[in-house]
Amino acid sequence: MTKTTPLLEVKGVTLTFKGIAALTDVSFSVEKGRIVSLIGPNGAGKTSILNCISGRYTPDSGEIYLDGQDMLRLAAHKRAAMGLSRTFQNIALFKGLSVLDNLMVGRHHLIHYGLLSAIFYHGRAVADESVHRRRVEDVIDFLGLSPYRHQAAGHLPYGVQKRVELGRALAAEPKLILLDEPMAGMNLEETEDMARYILDICEEWGATVLLIEHDMGVVMDISDKIVVLDFGSVLAQGRPDEISADQAVISAYLGTEDATFMGR
Amino acid sequence: MQGNCGLFFESYRAEAGLFNTGFQRWSLGLFVALLLLCPLVLDTYLLSVLNLMCIAVIGAVSLNLLTGICGQISLGHGAFIGVGAYAAAQATLNGVPFLAALLLGGGASALVGMFFGVPSLRLKGIYLAIATLAAQLILEYVFLHWETATGGSRGLMLEPPKILGFSFEGERRMFYLLFAVAACTLAVVANVMRTRHGRAFVSIRDFYLSAEIAGVNLFAYKLVAFGLSSFLAGVAGGLWAHYTLFLSGEQFGIGLSITYLAMIVIGGLGSIVGSVMGAVFMTLLPEVLTAATRSLTGVFPDISSQLAALREGVFGLTLMLFLIFEPEGLANRWRLVKSYWKLYPFAH
Repeated sequence: MTKTTPLLEVKGVTLTFKGIAALTDVSFSVEKGRIVSLIGPNGAGKTSILNCISGRYTPDSGEIYLDGQDMLRLAAHKRAAMGLSRTFQNIALFKGLSVLDNLMVGRHHLIHYGLLSAIFYHGRAVADESVHRRRVEDVIDFLGLSPYRHQAAGHLPYGVQKRVELGRALAAEPKLILLDEPMAGMNLEETEDMARYILDICEEWGATVLLIEHDMGVVMDISDKIVVLDFGSVLAQGRPDEISADQAVISAYLGTEDATFMGR
Repeated sequence: MQGNCGLFFESYRAEAGLFNTGFQRWSLGLFVALLLLCPLVLDTYLLSVLNLMCIAVIGAVSLNLLTGICGQISLGHGAFIGVGAYAAAQATLNGVPFLAALLLGGGASALVGMFFGVPSLRLKGIYLAIATLAAQLILEYVFLHWETATGGSRGLMLEPPKILGFSFEGERRMFYLLFAVAACTLAVVANVMRTRHGRAFVSIRDFYLSAEIAGVNLFAYKLVAFGLSSFLAGVAGGLWAHYTLFLSGEQFGIGLSITYLAMIVIGGLGSIVGSVMGAVFMTLLPEVLTAATRSLTGVFPDISSQLAALREGVFGLTLMLFLIFEPEGLANRWRLVKSYWKLYPFAH
């Protein structure tokens, strides 16, 4: 793997909740155009890191840069415009909106017409709606969501909802997309589809991916780099083959004796 | 009908249209035409009910924008309507033309609504309801005690509205004015719903964390929802003032706020059609009950004194039964009826 410029830099992030350390001095970087996975046992702080990056939590100390921009200075809702997008561990769709409108909300930060234009449905609002609708259709085609286009998101099957959420994140045209357990609760076939989508997002849509996932087979297969967290600090980071051979990781993550199931 | 089976759109713009089939357009046109003929046929009493409905539709759809669509419960809607009523009344009393006064009333109400919407940054659900209840009570106090603006307990007397010298005096003329404003309000809310602002409102209601990730400024959009909703409420208030021609503080009490909440719950939260149905239902219900008790008095003259109390009880009972048997609101029932007839007589 050749060295590339880091798109995301997390430097010395520490996060405490009333004195209890959730994250301690976490540093890692995500290189442009790569798929980087965050793994670690339950409670290791994976989602906390994502929440710090996306603005849900504010770390006590440390720095987070996306494409050279200091993210911690920005309010959460301003980070979308910097090229950041994410999905949630539990489905966080807008249940009452159609799939189409869910994806259109994903593009919210790209649509700029004003309230008056919207109220009279005139001028820029009409033109912009069509333009952005066209872009959303690309995402719908890519994720195979066309049968569900006009259905309310809350009424769809679980696997489809997961895909819609991925679509909403993708519709934002992000530079970096944070995926929090996109395969959780999926069967083998759906997992493989999702893995294919993630690879395509990286290769064809040009987005960099930071992934949290418990399915080790998938993580080992698609990641360019793996960051292992344990008790809120980075235990190891490196290529999948390095990680699966790392003694510290094996003992912390898989128990001390048997490491055979690491490689599927 | 068209020669093809089903709906086919050839542009995204066409698909975003509000009324897409010929049937929808024709039936709506027919409905509006019939309504416009009403003043020629109906008597003054029935017209006054129709006029009250028009005002209620504006109030209900504006509250639905805030509570049903953006998810911010407001118990202060009645007071926001009152702010618009007093502001518009003061404007016309000081010589401002009626339409400008109506907009001024809306604007004043929007400012007050946004001010009392500030707590929505931190408060959600029932806690926000209590904060807006405080707004209601504070404003009621102001209506009663700021005598230079509101006339205090004596109230304000007004003249019928005039537009370009044409006076809207009497139920018949008033109907056309109220109907036109109600139709405009519905169009405004429908437009908001199909554009980025409406989507942002729903996204805040459904999952504010994801909305924030998508770049929706939660606080700003909540304030916009409060502002827009109160603006329309203020317009409803301005119309109310120039329709009843007399204003006093108790017209805008907590009871009015709750009536409007009942309208949107009965009609269907988040639904524009539902707002209209709820407004019509809640305006009709007391009239129907009054008519019913009046006819009963003929049969049982002895119980006429209890009938007033009975009417209140039936009113409450009807609302409760509605919530039990039709929790999704009239709009949902309407949808089910439509989908039933779509396939009739082949149910499957």
